[in-house]
Amino acid sequence: MTSRGSGRLDHDHQLGQDQPGWIGQALREHDQLEVDAAGRRRLPLAESADREQQVLDRIDRARRRKPRVREERITMSHGSGGKATHTLIEAIFLDAFRNPLLEPLEDAAQLRVGGSRIALTTDSYVVSPLFFPGGDIGDLAVNGTVNDLSVAGATPLYLSAGFILEEGFPVADLNRVTESMRAAAAAAGVHVVTGDTKVVQKGKADGCYINTAGIGLIERDGSLGVARAQPGDAILVSGPIGDHGITIMLARGELDIEADICSDTAPLNGLVAGLLDAVPGVRAMRDATRGGVATILNEIAKAAGVGVLVSEDDIPVRAEVRGASELLGIDPMYVACEGRLVAVVPGEDSGPALAALRAHPLGEQAAVIGHVRAEQPGIVQLKTAFGGTRIVDLLVGDPLPRIC
Amino acid sequence: MRFVDEFRDADKAHALAAKIAALCEPGRQYKLMEVCGGHTHTIYKHGLEDYLPESITLVHGPGCPVCVIPMGRVDDAIHLASQPDVIMTSFGDMMRVPGSGGSFFDANAEGTNIRMVYSPLDSLKIATQNPDKRVVFMAIGFETTAPSTAMTMLRAAAQGLENFSVFCNHVTIIPAIKAILDSPDLRLDGFIGPGHVSTVIGCRPYEFIARDYGKPVVVAGFEPLDILQSIYMLMVQLSEGRSEVENQYSRVVPWDGNPVALKAIGETMELRPYFEWRGLGFISHSALGVREKYAAMDAERLFQVPGVRVADPKACQCGEVLKGVLKPWECKVFGTACTPETPIGTCMVSPEGACAAYYNFGRMNRNRVAEANRGARAEVTRA
Repeated sequence: MTSRGSGRLDHDHQLGQDQPGWIGQALREHDQLEVDAAGRRRLPLAESADREQQVLDRIDRARRRKPRVREERITMSHGSGGKATHTLIEAIFLDAFRNPLLEPLEDAAQLRVGGSRIALTTDSYVVSPLFFPGGDIGDLAVNGTVNDLSVAGATPLYLSAGFILEEGFPVADLNRVTESMRAAAAAAGVHVVTGDTKVVQKGKADGCYINTAGIGLIERDGSLGVARAQPGDAILVSGPIGDHGITIMLARGELDIEADICSDTAPLNGLVAGLLDAVPGVRAMRDATRGGVATILNEIAKAAGVGVLVSEDDIPVRAEVRGASELLGIDPMYVACEGRLVAVVPGEDSGPALAALRAHPLGEQAAVIGHVRAEQPGIVQLKTAFGGTRIVDLLVGDPLPRIC
Repeated sequence: MRFVDEFRDADKAHALAAKIAALCEPGRQYKLMEVCGGHTHTIYKHGLEDYLPESITLVHGPGCPVCVIPMGRVDDAIHLASQPDVIMTSFGDMMRVPGSGGSFFDANAEGTNIRMVYSPLDSLKIATQNPDKRVVFMAIGFETTAPSTAMTMLRAAAQGLENFSVFCNHVTIIPAIKAILDSPDLRLDGFIGPGHVSTVIGCRPYEFIARDYGKPVVVAGFEPLDILQSIYMLMVQLSEGRSEVENQYSRVVPWDGNPVALKAIGETMELRPYFEWRGLGFISHSALGVREKYAAMDAERLFQVPGVRVADPKACQCGEVLKGVLKPWECKVFGTACTPETPIGTCMVSPEGACAAYYNFGRMNRNRVAEANRGARAEVTRA
C-alpha cells in the first residue's frame, strides 16, 4: 500500500517533535489529525487517483478543529471581517460569553422579553475618513445598526449612541456627524433614546468613534438564520456590491485613482419589509458589510452544512467598482457594502423574492446570484465569467482596514 | 469592461480548448510550467484548468517574488524596522510572510512601524513628510519591480533626500529557470514565459531554453485567454517538433525589452555574487544589490543587518513546490499546519504563491468538477 510516492509524503509522522514556537505547535496539531476518534493512526494516504480527495478531507478535518488565536497580540487582520475575525470571535468572545442566544452569531440576537420577541444588536464605527462621498460616520452608525436589526426580521425601534471623541476634534465636525445621524434616524423611523460621551487625550483615538446599539420588534412568526439554508434554495443580492468599500478606499486619496462612485449606505428596513411581505418563507438575510458577499456565502455554507454555487456573471458589480478592484488586485466579492443584503429563499420563491426586492428603490438591481446545494458541503463554488470553476473562501488578511 | 472582458470571453475559450485538445497525441502526457506566479493566480482564479484535457498538466514555477524570500531576510527586515526612528515601507504581499519570530503584522503589533505602499514612490512621500525619521523601503520582486525601485532611488537622489534607503531583495528570473532545467527530478515539455518580467528584459534571454534544452517558450499575458492561447501555441510547437521562443504578449512585451528600465537598474544596482532563495538555496548571480555609487541609500550598508541564515522548518516543502516537483496539495503540511491564515511557507502567503492559489481558489476535487461539467454539457446537448 505504501509505494515510494506516498511514503515521501507521510513517512515521518512526528513532524512537530523538535520544532520550537508556533510552527512546532501547528505541526503537532497536524500530527493529531492523523489520529482518528478511536486513537488509531490513520493509514498513509493511498497512492490512488483520489489521493487529492484524501488531502481535501484532511484539510476539512483541520478546518473543523476548535478555532484558536495563535497570535500573541491583536493584528489588523483580526478586524477584517475575514478568517482572523471569525477565529477571534469564536475562540475568545464566544468561548467567554457562550449562551444559546449568542451561539448562532447572527447580525442581531433574537430574544423573548415578556410576551414580545425582540432583536438586539450593537456595532462600533471607526471609519477613516469620517466624511466620504455618499455619507459619513454618522449615517453609517445609524444605518449599520438599523440594518443588523432589519435582516433579523425585526422592525427597528430604538437606538443608543456612544461617542468616543479625541481631544481637539472640531465641534463643527461633530455637528455635521450628529445632523447626519438625526437625518438617518428619521429616514429609518428610529429614535436615538440614550447615549454616552467619553473624551480621550490627543493621539489616543482618531477624531471620533461611535458605537450604536439598537432594539427592534420581531412581529412575524418563524425565525431567520443562515443555518436554515437548504439544498435547492436560491441566493439573492439586493444590488451592486462593493460600492462602500471602494468609495472609502478612494476617499483616502492615497491611490490617486478617481472614480464617480458613492457609498451605498442606506437603511434596509423598508426593503426587508417588502421582501418578507412577498415571501414569508425567507430563510435568512445578512447585510454584506465587512468581508463582503463572499463572507456571507461562506457563513451560509458553514452554518447550514451545505454547498453554495454562485455565478460570477450574475453578481451585479458597477463598472467603476470592477475597474478599481482590477487595478488594486481586490476581489469585489470581499469588498464591504453598507446598504446591500444577501437573502436565502426557497427555490420556488426566487421569482417573487426578486420582484419584491426590485420593487423597492434600493433593490432595483437585485439579482439571483446562485443556489444552495447538497454537494461539497461547507464549500462556496463560483462559476467564473471565463467559464471555469473555483472556490470562494473566507478572506485572509485585510486589504481595507477601518472601512466602517 | 473594455480591455478586460475581451480577454475573458468564454466562447473564445471553448474554441481554443477544442483546438488544444485536437493537438494532444493520444497516450502522451504534457507538462507545461507557468514560470510566473501571476499566471498561477490567473489560472486558479478563473478556473482555467476546466478547459484543459487530462493529458495536459500545468506545473507551477518559481516566479512568485514573495515566495522566494528566505526567512532570514524577513528577520533582517524586522530587525531594520526595529531600529530607532525607522519607518519601513513594503508591498502588501510581504506583510504576512513569516520570519522565524513572526510576520510584519506581528512586528507592528510589537511596536514597529511597517507600512504598506502600492508604489515605492509612496516611500519618498513618507520620507519627505517625516524628515526626522529614516524611511527604509523593503524592495522585493523580479525584473518587473526592480525598475520602479531604481527610478525611486534616482528620484530620491535628484531630490537630495537623505532619510530614504532601500533594503534590496530584487532577484532575477533566468538563474531560477536554469536551476529548474538542471534539476533532475522534473521533466517539462515547455514553458509559459513570464509576461511582466519580459516587458523589461524582452524575449532574448529565454533563447537558451529553446536552443540548449530543446523546450519551447511562449511569453504570455495575464488574462485567462492569454494563457489559454499560449498553451495552444506551445502545443502547436510540440506537435510540429519545434522549440522556439514565441511572444503571445506582443501588445505589451517588446522583443528587446525596455532599454530605459534596464538602464535605470544598471545605474543603481549590480548583481550580487550569490543570494539565498527560499527552498532553492544559494544561487550564484541571481539577485541585485545596491551599487557602491548609491551606498548612502543602501540599508545593508547604513544599518547593521544580522544576515543570519534561518533554515526552513523541516516540514516545509516550499522548495519542491517552487520547482514544480510537488503539487501544492502534495506538501505534507498543506492546509493543515500551513494555511493562508498561519502560513509556515511563503508559497501560502502571496496571492501569486501556488499553495495560496490552490488553497483559496482550487481546493476542490477537480475530477468531480470535470464530471459535473461533462454532466452539464450533456444536459445542454439533450436540451
